[in-house]
Amino acid sequence: MMDQLVIGGRSLQSRLFIGTGKYSADALIPEVVKKSGSEVITVALRRIDFNSPMGNVMDHIPSGMQLLPNTSGARNAQEAIRIARLAKAAGCGNWIKIEVISDNKYLLPDGYETIKATEVLAGEGFVVLPYISPDLMVAKHLVEVGAAAVMPLGAPIGSNRGLKTKELLRILIEEIALPVIVDAGIGKPSDACEAMEMGAAACLLNTAIASANQPELMAEAFGMAVAAGRKAYLAGLGRSEKYASSSSPLTGFLHN
Amino acid sequence: MSFYDEFLQYSDADMEAVFQHTTSADIERIIGKDRLTPKDFLALLSPKAEEHLEWMAQKANELTVQNFGRVILLYTPMYLSDYCTNKCTYCGFNVTNTFTRKQLTMEEVEKEAQTVAASGIQHILILTGEAPAIAGVPYMKECVGILKRYFSSIAIEVYAMEEEEYAELMEAGVESMTMYQETYNPLLYDRLHLKGPKKDYRYRLDAPERACRAGMRGVNIGALLGLDDWRRDGFFTGLHANYLQNKYPGVEVSISLPRIRPTMGNCETGNSVNDKSIVQFMTAFRLFMPRAGMPLSTRENAEFRNHAIKLGITKMSAGVQTAVGGHIDSQENSGQFAVSDTRNVKEMSDAILQLGYQPVFKDWQAI
Repeated sequence: MMDQLVIGGRSLQSRLFIGTGKYSADALIPEVVKKSGSEVITVALRRIDFNSPMGNVMDHIPSGMQLLPNTSGARNAQEAIRIARLAKAAGCGNWIKIEVISDNKYLLPDGYETIKATEVLAGEGFVVLPYISPDLMVAKHLVEVGAAAVMPLGAPIGSNRGLKTKELLRILIEEIALPVIVDAGIGKPSDACEAMEMGAAACLLNTAIASANQPELMAEAFGMAVAAGRKAYLAGLGRSEKYASSSSPLTGFLHN
Repeated sequence: MSFYDEFLQYSDADMEAVFQHTTSADIERIIGKDRLTPKDFLALLSPKAEEHLEWMAQKANELTVQNFGRVILLYTPMYLSDYCTNKCTYCGFNVTNTFTRKQLTMEEVEKEAQTVAASGIQHILILTGEAPAIAGVPYMKECVGILKRYFSSIAIEVYAMEEEEYAELMEAGVESMTMYQETYNPLLYDRLHLKGPKKDYRYRLDAPERACRAGMRGVNIGALLGLDDWRRDGFFTGLHANYLQNKYPGVEVSISLPRIRPTMGNCETGNSVNDKSIVQFMTAFRLFMPRAGMPLSTRENAEFRNHAIKLGITKMSAGVQTAVGGHIDSQENSGQFAVSDTRNVKEMSDAILQLGYQPVFKDWQAI
């Protein structure tokens, strides 16, 4: 059975999306990509210097990867839209991850501005993947305005705290027909595995790999964890019982 | 309501008493916390916390890597004008210092820009003394118009302005601002600033907030360490940064930790700040505000700067000339302060890479 994730008309074998920030050297990226098996990579447009004679992060992204430029640095819809258009004009393709953040303390996304930016960009033909807090109503509005997926956070960006928003993620997975990609907060491969077991369509993470002592090894671990979680989800998790099946059941005396 | 009101709540606090009552157990508990209160931050600045400096450094490193990664943004200052109407006892631009003052022409700005841009630098910090009649907003806007063609980010470190003036400069292409309060001690401030508009303590104190209100993307503040007791000025710097971040969450707040350096005016303050003190301040602040930026200038020497990369620093200057026109004429010697780390951009980049970090040249695109 082929199990593929399809977004924006593109079929993806791997359900692990990775980032490009925070590495001690961009030269690590090709090996991280290879070991993770990832096919989608996000990059902050604000960091790309197309005119730099010294090269830039784009030089290290293997060809064939689906590029997912993000609007990091945007504080409102208008800025996100301008960054998205710049990315497209610069040859980064038509996928865009909307990040609208006006909270520098926790880096929590602004749902209202994100919806506005998504509506405009989806209307212009972008494949829009918005980063959001796991709010059902925000996610529903994003579906209405043409998002290609929703990307709720498991915990604040870079926190490595895991799936702190688990109950809300579960609701989104149950209620939203689009792919739900858990983005931000995933700190351990077991967190990614758990998100996939719950039915998430994919996971996006950066800090957990980039800040590891051996990023390539951690990338491999995440690739395996996401694949394992997906298989478990497809296999159907066994029912978890609150009470053990007693050999002397309390209701065993009831014969009729 | 401004930071001044919060400052007043703490200005009479008996910090010595707090320090005396701080125990090792307090410090250990605070280091283990996820969110620190201003009182926790003060405890980490205490003499008692010095005994736990390595542990603070380990956690500061962990938080910095987590929030910023193993990267250091490189920037360089460009001095546009050293005309100044202020008489500050510790500054080389002091109006009473006798040297030939200079202000770059637009042709010179362009030449400086070309020289700096050729080194790979994309983030530029422009500086002037306080002489609005000569190097005022119209002059700065003209300079920014040229610099925009060469750099992806332009920051200012100039005199305290009105909110409308900050907005005007942002419209022209400025993205962030730096404003050093120098010292948060109002009495000492009055004694050090003998003459000129900078003498107005409160007007300067509220300048970063006016910039926030104008919509500036980044605001960097700091005290000139060595003027007053560093623990006291360090605490108020952190308190001020915390105030700005809480009130203006969209602004990227950062602090600098400049130590006083020799200038033409040479000012003996009697409050020397050693390396250990700076590290304590740096790491305590990182624990207090894990997501705040922390630039480190070339006032510090190369060895200290190399070590500081792992203690919470997020940005560094490189290839620094503190004289007007210094990038096109390195013989200029009337700088604002003496540079201690004289490495050029290539040497600094190589050193950062050797330390297992990546030098970043571009982290913002003006849109």
